[in-house]
Amino acid sequence: MKHTLIASVQDQPGVLVRVMGMFRRRAFNVESLTVGHSETPGVSRMTFVVDTSRISSRIVEANLRKLVPVFDVHDVTHLPTVSRELALIRVRCAEGERSQVNDLISIFRARIVDVATDTVIVEITGDPEKVDGLVELLRPRGIVEMVRTGKVAMTRGASARRGLAHEHDADADPLELAS
Amino acid sequence: MKKTGAQIVWECLVREGVDTVFGYPGGAILPIYDALIDYPVHHVLVRHEQGAAHAADGYARASGRVGVALGTSGPGATNLVTGIATAMLDSIPVVFITGQVPSKVLGTDAFQEADIVGITMPITKHNVLVTRIEDLAPALVEAFQIARSGRPGPVLVDVCKDVQQATIDLRWPEAVDSTRRRALPQLKRSDLKKAAELIAGAERPVILAGHGVIESGATAALAAFAEKTGTPVALTLLGLGGFPRSHPLCLGMMGMHGEAYVNTAIQEADLLLAFGMRFDDRVTGNLKNYASGAKKIHVEIDVSEIGKNVPVDLGLVGDLKQVLEALLPSIEEKAHEPWMARIEEGRHDTRSRDIVHRESGDALYAAHVINDIWRTTKGGAVVVSDVGQHQMFEAQYYPHEAPRTLLTSGGLGTMGFALPAAIGAKFARPDAEVWVVAGDGGFQMTQCELATLMQEKLDIKIAIIDNGFLGMVRQWQEFFYDKRYAATPLLSPDFVKLAGAYGLPAHRVDARADVIPTVERVRSEAGPALIHFVVQAEEAVYPMVPAGADLHAMIRRPHESPPEKAHASRAKGEAEVAA
Ligand SMILES: Cc1ncc(C[n+]2csc(CCOP(=O)(O)OP(=O)(O)O)c2C)c(N)n1
Repeated sequence: MKHTLIASVQDQPGVLVRVMGMFRRRAFNVESLTVGHSETPGVSRMTFVVDTSRISSRIVEANLRKLVPVFDVHDVTHLPTVSRELALIRVRCAEGERSQVNDLISIFRARIVDVATDTVIVEITGDPEKVDGLVELLRPRGIVEMVRTGKVAMTRGASARRGLAHEHDADADPLELAS
Repeated sequence: MKKTGAQIVWECLVREGVDTVFGYPGGAILPIYDALIDYPVHHVLVRHEQGAAHAADGYARASGRVGVALGTSGPGATNLVTGIATAMLDSIPVVFITGQVPSKVLGTDAFQEADIVGITMPITKHNVLVTRIEDLAPALVEAFQIARSGRPGPVLVDVCKDVQQATIDLRWPEAVDSTRRRALPQLKRSDLKKAAELIAGAERPVILAGHGVIESGATAALAAFAEKTGTPVALTLLGLGGFPRSHPLCLGMMGMHGEAYVNTAIQEADLLLAFGMRFDDRVTGNLKNYASGAKKIHVEIDVSEIGKNVPVDLGLVGDLKQVLEALLPSIEEKAHEPWMARIEEGRHDTRSRDIVHRESGDALYAAHVINDIWRTTKGGAVVVSDVGQHQMFEAQYYPHEAPRTLLTSGGLGTMGFALPAAIGAKFARPDAEVWVVAGDGGFQMTQCELATLMQEKLDIKIAIIDNGFLGMVRQWQEFFYDKRYAATPLLSPDFVKLAGAYGLPAHRVDARADVIPTVERVRSEAGPALIHFVVQAEEAVYPMVPAGADLHAMIRRPHESPPEKAHASRAKGEAEVAA
């Protein structure tokens, strides 16, 4: 099974190496990873798609949390989310076939962003399954080159924190411990 | 007040209460060494940076305080690596400070440049390269906080030389955010209730107590819990001392070289209470058939350990002492007489095979040496063991009563650990009687630290258990490789003469009758001493769970075997495999 995790991390040199080093060391399988700025300066946001057939996502999450530059991690797999991926696909397309290709890709709300004599570049944004769908349709024509960004995700609803409360925050009856 | 980066390092150590550091100077850390002279911190010059790392580690293990080790850039830093990994796998709080080439030349393969932050990323709890003076004080303060908070571990701070030389107005940072964020989750009443129910329903419970007992200072809480619930306690190697071995509920060590009745009890249990341990492969054997009939409650400070190796019915995240204290009022008083009686039968069988009851004849057994040291020191010493057969004999035949009296490299199993770690331990606890127990192999890995010991005039007693082999590896070759002793026979120097060269009093013992008198003699004389025990060459540690085998599939010590030339009869076929 695949799990989608979102992490906010400190925007500092080496964070990516640290995070990926942990995945490699623990032999966790990452299908995709995206990193970029978040709404807060100094905080980057990472979206992971992790193969959890061999290891539970809870353990992946716990290991991420142990890294000092990681502020927060949430498994959003079972939450309502908007998830998107962008792909650029250079596909063979003779001059006479352009409108045919255009018709085909417009069903996916994709568009042609560059044209050469016998290829075009198609840009598509959508959830990863939709991108997969277009890739399969274009494949018979001959995909010359492709780049996919990997998935980014955000939970639906008004509040940034909605649905993301920690398990222990949600406990109505926590026990106070003397420290 | 304006301070240089070098001064800030010492200001910070003094503020953290550090009295002793272990290190080795070099070009890239010279400004820090220069400033050292003006601060009330004792610097111990080791003979190899690995020794500094183990000494700082031993200091931390013996005291519970954060240890500190220093090294220069490049080879100085890489020499620390084994010691850093050793501290990491055993969750020991140590702060490593390394010099680095000036920030302007970072990344140019400058003289003695090594990317120690990159190298140690997977073997530190955290590490950081400091390239700007304003980041130095926060990095150091955070390093100490991270090292000792939660599940402790090593932190490395790599400081560029120009940062050491730069000056700034020193202002101490407030409590560091990263540790505040890492506050432990609160315990749920519902979970405590569930735990109490599982405990109340158990007929054959066993507590598995690990290093967490010691790190959390939970010895008394554990005893209260075990006594109230009448539950026997099995210990991991690093848990030894966390529960008094003489306690009627103490079973002793579990795992690969745990006693047979302990592993059998774990396999037959209907409830395992795992307290501050991590189900390492050396204690579980084959996971598929590990305690399959038992419900499992795991109390751990590190969430990522819960369910990592063994699925559990209930995980309680928190500091062990606090969790046990929270749990205690809600559990019922119980006793488990039939269960204890059953365990006692196995204990009886073990006793009947035990090598300590065997006549020694002309032979000198490592187990006897260890047991005699225990007898003579009345179990009161801090023993620092190295890695190999002698380490397991120590664990079996030197019963520990109190926490932090056995210091050993468990997770990484680092040969060469004992001597330098003992040096650190002696600084942490100057009043303790400190013994090194090392094999002829491991001792030679860091024996250069004898010079450190002499320079520092430390009263440490050293027992070298010399069997002429890399014993533990030889044992595996005996059991699993048809006695093909590839690269395990070992030539050693005359350790008595070697000690003499350092000015260290030393004695050679090769007969049982001389063990106790010699140990008594070195104890009665102030100052360090070395005893070279020449023991049976081909003795094996029993019982043994072969790596990957089921925990109950132990190779047991044969019942009858003649005292002399015991090894001759210990051919592979004769080893019994208990079902
Ligand atoms: C640094 C290091 N290298 C190799 C090993 C593998 N190893 C484990 S035990 C052992 C033999 C130890 O021999 P010795 O120090 O003589 O102790 P003995 O087992 O004979 O008591 C070896 C080589 C290790 N644990 N650590």
